[in-house]
Amino acid sequence: MRDRIDSPIVLLGCRLLSPYIMLFGFYVVIHGHYSPGGGFQGGALLGASFLLMRVAGGDEIGRLQLKEHLAKPLAILGVAIYFGTGLLSILLGGNFLDYSFLPIPGMDTEWLRYTGILIIEVGIGLAVMATFIMIYDNMARGEEEDD
Amino acid sequence: MIYAASSLPYRGDPNNLMHAEESMVGSKVIGSYAIQNTYLDARTPNFVTVILGDYRAIDTFGEQLVIYTAGMITFLLLAASKRRKNER
Repeated sequence: MRDRIDSPIVLLGCRLLSPYIMLFGFYVVIHGHYSPGGGFQGGALLGASFLLMRVAGGDEIGRLQLKEHLAKPLAILGVAIYFGTGLLSILLGGNFLDYSFLPIPGMDTEWLRYTGILIIEVGIGLAVMATFIMIYDNMARGEEEDD
Repeated sequence: MIYAASSLPYRGDPNNLMHAEESMVGSKVIGSYAIQNTYLDARTPNFVTVILGDYRAIDTFGEQLVIYTAGMITFLLLAASKRRKNER
């Protein structure tokens, strides 16, 4: 990142583009039940919207969106959401990741499975997004400290 | 590759091997079961999501762990090398 040229036009374009990519990423995660998409694809889009700001604006502007040390807890949270869903259904008497045992009142088996898929997709999206940011941050920091 | 692609079966032909109820070795094929029953099982029109998120959920958990492990490896390797450089 040392040879980066400060160009306000590039920064403005990325600032314009980044929220729309993020919105589309949320859409892909949430709408995965009805259209092509899901956690991995939506998480990649969410990660791309953060990485665009980091590439265009450097570390200081990128950190305004998401702090560097927040990426690791978010990745752990994503994995924990997925694993916790599976563990909860074990504790309530089912198999691992058997969503029909989830403790949500007022839902029959089919809607419980629908909700369970949505929960794990959100978990996957969080983990993928945070992992992309973590990989970029670690590699960029390693390059900066080489000199 | 173009020569091989010319002998692929026509997409959507109901007599294709992948749409048969039983495979060549006699085991059951999940394809037609998934197409017929995913909406009844999980109220989700996109049956790829149901297969990935419900029927094969443990496999998807493995995929997520692979991505998470890749991120943690970059953190551990680069943070450890930085610490070693500071000690020198």
